[in-house]
Amino acid sequence: MEIVLSLAIGILTASGLWLLFRPRTFQVILGLSLLSYAVNLFIIAAGRLRTDAPPIVGKGAADPAAYADPVPQALVLTAIVISFATTALLLVVLMASRGLTGTDHVDGEDGEA
Amino acid sequence: MNDPRYLLAVVSLPFLGSMIAAALPQAGRNWASALAGTIALAGVGLLAAFYPAIAGGEIVRLEAAWLPSLGLQFTLRLDGFTWLFALLVLSMGALVILYARYYMSPKDPVPRFFAFLQAFMGAMLGIVLSGNLIQLAFFWELTSLFSFLLIGYWHHNQAARDGARMALIVTSLGGVCMLIGFLLLGRITGSYDVDTVLAAGSTVRAHGAYLPVLILILLGAFTKSAQVPFHFWLPHAMAAPTPVSAYLHSATMVKAGIFLLILLWPVLSGTESWYLIVTTAGLATLLVGAWSAIFQQDLKGLLAYSTISHLGLITLLLGLGSPLAAVAAIFHTLNHATFKASLFMAAGIIDHETGTRDLRRLSGLARFMPITATLAMVAAAAMAGVPLLNGFLSKEMFLAEALEAHSGTILDAALPILATLASAFSVFYSIRFIHQSFFGPPPVDLPHSPREAPHWMRFPIEILVLACLLVGILPGLTIGPLLALAVGAVLGEQTPAYSLAVWHGFNPPLLMSLIALVGGALAYGRYGARLNAVERSPLIGRLKARRTFEAALAAIIDWARTLQDLLGTTKLQVQLRLLIGTAILVGTLPFLFLDYRPGSQPVALIDPVFALLWTIGSLCAVGAAWQAKFHRLVALSLIGGAGLATCISFIWLSAPDLGLTQLLVEIITLVLLLLGLRWLPLRQPDIWPEARTPWSVRLRRSRDLLLAVSGGIGMAALSYAMMTRPSAPSISRYFVENAYPGGGGANVVNVILVDFRGFDTLGEITVLAIVALTVFTLLRRFRPAPESVELPHQQQRQNDFDRDDEERSHGDTLIHYLFVPRIIMQWLFPVILTFAIYLLMRGHDLPGGGFAGGVTASIAILLLYMAGGTRWVEAHLDIRPLRWISLGLLLAVGTGIAAWIGGYPFLTSHFSYLRIPLIGDIPIASALLFDIGVFAVVVGTTVLILIALAHQSIRSPLKRKGEAERHPSPADGTA
Repeated sequence: MEIVLSLAIGILTASGLWLLFRPRTFQVILGLSLLSYAVNLFIIAAGRLRTDAPPIVGKGAADPAAYADPVPQALVLTAIVISFATTALLLVVLMASRGLTGTDHVDGEDGEA
Repeated sequence: MNDPRYLLAVVSLPFLGSMIAAALPQAGRNWASALAGTIALAGVGLLAAFYPAIAGGEIVRLEAAWLPSLGLQFTLRLDGFTWLFALLVLSMGALVILYARYYMSPKDPVPRFFAFLQAFMGAMLGIVLSGNLIQLAFFWELTSLFSFLLIGYWHHNQAARDGARMALIVTSLGGVCMLIGFLLLGRITGSYDVDTVLAAGSTVRAHGAYLPVLILILLGAFTKSAQVPFHFWLPHAMAAPTPVSAYLHSATMVKAGIFLLILLWPVLSGTESWYLIVTTAGLATLLVGAWSAIFQQDLKGLLAYSTISHLGLITLLLGLGSPLAAVAAIFHTLNHATFKASLFMAAGIIDHETGTRDLRRLSGLARFMPITATLAMVAAAAMAGVPLLNGFLSKEMFLAEALEAHSGTILDAALPILATLASAFSVFYSIRFIHQSFFGPPPVDLPHSPREAPHWMRFPIEILVLACLLVGILPGLTIGPLLALAVGAVLGEQTPAYSLAVWHGFNPPLLMSLIALVGGALAYGRYGARLNAVERSPLIGRLKARRTFEAALAAIIDWARTLQDLLGTTKLQVQLRLLIGTAILVGTLPFLFLDYRPGSQPVALIDPVFALLWTIGSLCAVGAAWQAKFHRLVALSLIGGAGLATCISFIWLSAPDLGLTQLLVEIITLVLLLLGLRWLPLRQPDIWPEARTPWSVRLRRSRDLLLAVSGGIGMAALSYAMMTRPSAPSISRYFVENAYPGGGGANVVNVILVDFRGFDTLGEITVLAIVALTVFTLLRRFRPAPESVELPHQQQRQNDFDRDDEERSHGDTLIHYLFVPRIIMQWLFPVILTFAIYLLMRGHDLPGGGFAGGVTASIAILLLYMAGGTRWVEAHLDIRPLRWISLGLLLAVGTGIAAWIGGYPFLTSHFSYLRIPLIGDIPIASALLFDIGVFAVVVGTTVLILIALAHQSIRSPLKRKGEAERHPSPADGTA
């Protein structure tokens, strides 16, 4: 399991980075989405892999060892929402910049593709 | 009335007045000046109330914790000396405010002027009353800042801007040096408290770091008080309105350096280095200033150089190090403020009434403005040191001190001669000031015809001149007690016997005075007429301090620009490559040096379904990277595949909340990006007409691929190493154990979000709200690129079809498109909304919560838009996203504040369960209210962004010739 998830994180990162270096804004947005998947999975992995142990406790004292780590989950939940916000913002900046400069190159001018 | 808290009022009232003045309308000249004057007089009154205590030798102190962890206290301190200085600041302030009321033109933004002036007054009082050196440095920089704003008040004027910048750079550089000096001084004495430092004089002087401390603090004082070689900023500061010159650049701010020297005189003076540095600087300033003043053609320039010279005189006195000289320094500080401010005001009146300050053009004004002329003559006589005026008394003391032996060096021997010479210069330029402007033939060709100034504009000058006369004739009765108070506070037991009498008998100082008076007058008689032809001062004029300053500034800017060109780039791609490359390098280094090993933890068996899931997910990710350039829709779908795999993994790995939220957010993000697709340009596949792509491009792509792959390998290796090691003990334990007993919720993740870490979540939803507003604002001014304005092909074809068929009208095809699914989507609206509320309500105990619920609710609204079209939805449903956002934020913050009312810290939650028949236990926690706030913000944000994007397609496009007629009404639709 660990090796599968590691490879998944690696491939998501590599694809995301490749897109991040591209000159067109749309590619950069997609790259950021892929990177955020990779990072979120990485944070979850930091709590170690647990199956069938969601952090829903019973009423009464709970034994922490029986549940998945809730802290990375809380962090990732926040990250998901924030990455939605950044994607939205970036998309709109992209549109505005394209309207203003007439190109969708990240530098606002068409030097090289 | 001796409550130290009134001191706080003295310092803070001017700042308060400044803020009120800043809010007044531009025409509120009378209000602003009345308010400022009242505040200055109130300050004088408060100070007067402290007089009995101060006269009894008491030191009034007010202390409050400022940064207790660093041992810093906010301290206000009032002793005899600071009392006198504060009185000077406030009473001069009151007079200048009255004068400025008449000086400033109603066309200028006068309330802003008074806002700056009062803020400056507050800062100056802050310096004077500070009982803590760090605090003093803070107010010191504030005065530099407000001086900058005041000099640059007429900011349309290039000279004003340059002068303001020069003053700011010089004085604030000095201020930084001074701060370092203070820090060292604090290290030596163990405290920044002024009284502690004052008591530790001998320790400081014996310490090895004494010389650096001295030099650093002197740099601060000398730059502020315009001592050679830092004097050049003061004449350029004369671009300020004249009330500012009278107040800041003669009476108060330039005296701040002097104030500091006097304040720390008991600590720092009395050594050979003090004597050599301070005396030399003072003497040089005295001579340079007086000499240059003679050759100025601008009234204010003459006064500025004269101010420099008098500041030099005071510094020189302080440098001598004898108690009597210190008495003379304090006395001359007061006298100079009185006569110089009145002279500046007189110069301002001349400028105001004639339209020029050029001495060469002025002449014979005495017959047009006899009262102003008389006042100016008395003040100038005080400046020249004529007997029976205050300037004479302190100059006598200065000359007497110059005769005393202090060190036995050459400096000592030359001092009496140089002092007499400087006094003669002073007589010379005083006569020139008066003679050139008030006597001689009537002026010709002035911008305005001269006349007397209004009475209230002259009134401040009258008061000051009266003070010159009273102090000059009856020193013992008027200034005597106040001076004794100040001197006693500074010198303590060293206070010497001194006499303030007008007549001390015929002694050497009187002889020197007479020589100076007669010599100066004779010299003017002989050379005065030729001065109008002199362009710059001989000898000194060659020393271009200002040129040097500007050259240094230009060089620094050039270096910065060169460095930026060498090391900086504006290209985003290069920046990103560097950033990621550095991250990969730094991440790899530890592995290279410390070896890479997977952990020893047993790994779980590979589940084939999970492996298959990620085979598909990885293929999707790589495919998206491959196709993003030419096939955006395909790439978008593939990204969705990778997202889905992530989503399933979350659920697989015991994170149902994440799976749920990720799934919902995926939907929203996808719609968002689809909405954006329309505004992107067509990709040209053949950008390189040759068959092969150029080598440079291939190289760049290989490099990017290498970076990306190494980043991926690094992340994979890192995750594997991490996952195969046991996890370190973390705070998770606390959260799991206390989620139910402490937070009343079974879903630990949700309890963390809305309860344990509620403040973080509050911050997060605020970010969301800000993003939504930013998007909204950006899109309001959005103009699509020209080629995206046309209707999409599909809509054009629909419309053409409608037009060609006689039985159909415009939009019919669109109405029938996907008719059944649309009705289903509309009917789904209440169902999804109920589901959203269900997710929200159960979030505390089961997967769900405000985020998931909010996104679900926005999906419901989104479906409605997709089904009915923007116009239809907005005709039937009144969605006000801005209101949702604000209500949500208010609710979240209000829940937090409610805890305060109960006496708990911000955002402390309270909970209980409510049993409702049929439905069961409902958690009634304040955290639920908070979560509802989160819900509302998420709904508002998402819907605001989506609606803003959707509206782009129905907005009337930017009017271009001919185009507007061709497409009278773009069809409904969201994508």
